[in-house]
Amino acid sequence: MARALITMPSVAKRGEVIEIRTLIAHPMETGYRRGDEGAVLPRNLIRRFTCRYDGEVVVAAELFPAVAANPLLSFYTVATTSGTLTFTWEGDNGFAQSESVTITVT
Amino acid sequence: MTRPRAAMRARVVGLVFTVGLAGLGVVVWAAESASDPRRSGFDFMTPELQAMQRDDALNPGMLWIKDGEALWNRNVGTADRSCASCHGAATATMRGVAARYPAFDTASGRPVTLSQRINLCRVERQRAPAFGFESDELLALEGYLAHQSRGQPLAPPSDPRLEPFRARGERLFRQRIGQLDFSCAQCHDEQAGKRLAGSAIPQAHPNGYPIYRLEWQGLGSLERRLRGCMSGVRAEPFAYGAPELVELELYLAQRAAGLRIETPAVRP
Repeated sequence: MARALITMPSVAKRGEVIEIRTLIAHPMETGYRRGDEGAVLPRNLIRRFTCRYDGEVVVAAELFPAVAANPLLSFYTVATTSGTLTFTWEGDNGFAQSESVTITVT
Repeated sequence: MTRPRAAMRARVVGLVFTVGLAGLGVVVWAAESASDPRRSGFDFMTPELQAMQRDDALNPGMLWIKDGEALWNRNVGTADRSCASCHGAATATMRGVAARYPAFDTASGRPVTLSQRINLCRVERQRAPAFGFESDELLALEGYLAHQSRGQPLAPPSDPRLEPFRARGERLFRQRIGQLDFSCAQCHDEQAGKRLAGSAIPQAHPNGYPIYRLEWQGLGSLERRLRGCMSGVRAEPFAYGAPELVELELYLAQRAAGLRIETPAVRP
């Protein structure tokens, strides 16, 4: 059950700087902790986040064990043209989630 | 400690509530209650955490709320019905409902919590297996329902059938337990506002549950919180769904009556 929340304006003026916030449900297990039984909990991280604006990468980030569970990523981009922003999270155990949001630029 | 606006609001609510109870005759008493000493756990947090709770785009609890909305509308069970099939849109029909729980269940002759009510509905009306205690699904639905009452004051029912259970809950609140021999009241009534190691001791009001707790890195119920406190004083915690926990929740709801619901609250 992977869930993501994306907060960004649906309409913007051309050239406007818009803020985008993404939240995703993920345990971000570091691989360094031990469970109640003493066994090491296997690493389960989101390794890479990418935001594409009509196919062009505008933000990419690598995530590491120090990032908390359910990571929040907040960033800015310039609204250039009406189109689709695609957000992808990829990680351990074949984790992959993708969300798309459309924006209308006037 | 700074007292943000929410504290001011809580104070005003406290005034209205107490005046309602005491009547307007006792002017001095009413003036004293203008400084209702009750504070939501929100007021004991750092400004950063308060900002995280206030902004839905930052509050990770909203992930579960979004899930709860999907579950509300999903047909399940042999009855092939969703919650919405009977109750309609939660945004309209469920407003203020969570503020009244735990409530008396006539069929079983006992008080039930909101999560127990969800599972009762699920088993009896939807004919689907009950959600497990503390499962993501149950927390998501409970959170979604409680979220519909955000901003409303806790309004525990005055049903006289609840009284014996509530009285037992209060007794549990004041009873010393565990190897450390502490009662809930000793910390949360007598020492509230002070610190236990680095952490503030809040007044233990249940107005934000289920909460997103940073220590849990996830959403958790009031029962989980109560059980955590019990292991904290090295007592054997009551099992999930135990009548004692429901009784404690009943008393806590009464104790916090009038405080505003914050679900999903963020706590350290």
